[in-house]
Amino acid sequence: MKVVEVDHLSKSYADVVAVNDLTFSVSSGEILGLIGPNGAGKSSTIKIILDFMKPDSGEVRIFDQQMNEAIKDRIGYLPEERGLYKRLTAIDLILYLASLKGMDKATAEKKANILLEKTGMLEHKNKKNKEMSRGMGQLIQFIVTVIHDPDLVILDEPFSGLDPVRTETVQNIIAQLRDEGKAVILSTHQMNRVEELCDRVLMIDKGRSILYGDIMETRTKFRRNSVQVVIDGELGDLPGVIDRKVKSDYIELVLAPDTSSQTILDQLRESGTTVNRFEVTTPSLNEVFLHLVKVDHE
Amino acid sequence: MNKIYLIFKHEFLQAIKGLGYIILTLSVPVLVILGIGSYKLVTILIEPSEEETTIIGYVDEVGIFSDQTVHGSIKLVSYASREDATGALVNKDVSEYFVIPLDYLSMGTIHRYTLAKELVTPPTTTYVIKSFLSWNLLKDDLSSEVITSIVTPLNMDVTRLDEDGEIAREQGRIGNIIVPAIFALLLSFSLMLGTNSLIGGLGEEKESRLLEVLLSSVSVRQLLIAKVTALGTAGLMQVIIWLISAPLLLQLASSTFGGFLSDIQLPVNFILLGIVYFTLGYLLFAILSVTVGGISSNVSEAQSLSMIYVMMLFVPLWFAGIMISLPENPIWFLLSIFPLTAPIQVMLRLGVSDVPVWQILVSIGVLILSVILGLYFSIKVFRAFMLMYGKRPGLAEIIQGLRFARY
Repeated sequence: MKVVEVDHLSKSYADVVAVNDLTFSVSSGEILGLIGPNGAGKSSTIKIILDFMKPDSGEVRIFDQQMNEAIKDRIGYLPEERGLYKRLTAIDLILYLASLKGMDKATAEKKANILLEKTGMLEHKNKKNKEMSRGMGQLIQFIVTVIHDPDLVILDEPFSGLDPVRTETVQNIIAQLRDEGKAVILSTHQMNRVEELCDRVLMIDKGRSILYGDIMETRTKFRRNSVQVVIDGELGDLPGVIDRKVKSDYIELVLAPDTSSQTILDQLRESGTTVNRFEVTTPSLNEVFLHLVKVDHE
Repeated sequence: MNKIYLIFKHEFLQAIKGLGYIILTLSVPVLVILGIGSYKLVTILIEPSEEETTIIGYVDEVGIFSDQTVHGSIKLVSYASREDATGALVNKDVSEYFVIPLDYLSMGTIHRYTLAKELVTPPTTTYVIKSFLSWNLLKDDLSSEVITSIVTPLNMDVTRLDEDGEIAREQGRIGNIIVPAIFALLLSFSLMLGTNSLIGGLGEEKESRLLEVLLSSVSVRQLLIAKVTALGTAGLMQVIIWLISAPLLLQLASSTFGGFLSDIQLPVNFILLGIVYFTLGYLLFAILSVTVGGISSNVSEAQSLSMIYVMMLFVPLWFAGIMISLPENPIWFLLSIFPLTAPIQVMLRLGVSDVPVWQILVSIGVLILSVILGLYFSIKVFRAFMLMYGKRPGLAEIIQGLRFARY
């Protein structure tokens, strides 16, 4: 079931085009990675989805309807830059914001304790927010975002400022949300997280979609005709290899267009070379991203 | 509605827990009680004992001033020469002395000598010397009763009658301006504090993006209505605390200080109007504050912009002196219907003169209308500019934003 449908969305500020004819959707049980360089239009897109601002053209439908007050309780939103009411304790802040999502106090308190424990924040729940570190504050805000069991979760840079342990915790909770059938929009610069977590990706640059699709299909699509090998001894002459790039722990063999990786593997085996590793080179999402942004800018 | 209540509750509790709010609310009764206590303490400490007499020396070079040398606890002692009087002053036999020179009757000047450093001659000393001189100058021509009447300051008892010729309930004495003036001053400070508090809170939410989190749960209209009414209620609670404590404090002050304080009254209509104007004033200033908070890029900029309307609060107080002298001037009516000055102006006018009922009704009507239109306008402004960080919109952008922003 499609939870968010964005149709030909455009938005400009004065002379700057922030969002340019963007179309995408997010379904239940899916994490969509929203990636792009700074100023690409990610935050503007999110703000239009959340009805904080109106698009110049295009339409957003959430749960198959236009944004209204009734569906706000089904949405969890974590903004990119975060802060808390400094004078409130963590638990008071969580309960207050949970109440605005329609949760009764008892249920919210019970759920808050579960999430506080899961994130290792239970012992800090009575601390005032001004006494907390940035990372602790971020976890509290993350709890606020998901405490009401939203069907749509929009996360803008959820990992920034978190240490590796807390990043792992948040990542696991996000994956769990997907497994529970929630639709998640994850906007981040951390490509490795997108690769690990997301099912699909939307890359935007200058407000335009430059790539939209399944993560694995995307990586396969941008696969280069090369293999990475680790062997004992020296590599002999290999017909079909047009270039060799010696890296610190492997050698990348760039193949001629009409040469397959299987041909190279056969040649190595026939030459009696001990092959410790043989892998078809698949570009990381980061490499695809850099490639596309470069192409887009050219 | 429920969400408005939840935000209202949160904002109200945050407002009344603020240090500034608590201090201002409690400071009025506490300061009055401390003032009365201090007055009593000082009175006890400095009150001279019955036996203690102040002796003032004098040198009569004219030779006709000798009678009526005792005035209450002040006694006048004659010295033969200036040297003798100076010696007595230096030896602290007298607190001061004065010389009535030979040409006094033609020039009218006497010379006073004292060891004390003082800006002006104490009124008591002036009164005693003047009485002494007058008495001795007139004693041969007038009876002592007439002389007493001449030297005693005019004591005029004024009674205000109502239109039926009966003694009016409100006598309009100087004491009547005290409570409105204090009330107006407190209202000004309270509104200034409330404005700052709201702008600070809103700025914190805007800068920390908590505003976005809130707006992902509630609408701009719900958020602003809750914030404005919470601050208005906090203001109302403040004035109710003051008004409840006022009669008790006035009674205490009157019995301690006496004098014009005994004339101070707190008519019911003043209390009711005080509550109405305080509440409407709070609502209007809260609305202005959220509007300014909406278009400002940061807290300090919002606070600077808020000074434009906060300063208007003090306009009636600046001109209060002129208003007391010329209470019927039409300018006071204009200030009474101008929404930013109306709460303070009407309160002050109530202490100085009769304010026609129709003027009060017009004033309240304009204020209510301003609150309603202001709220509508502020919601539109807020919707249009709430997410502009780090830059303030220009006038053209504001107009364009308002055209397209929804209510």
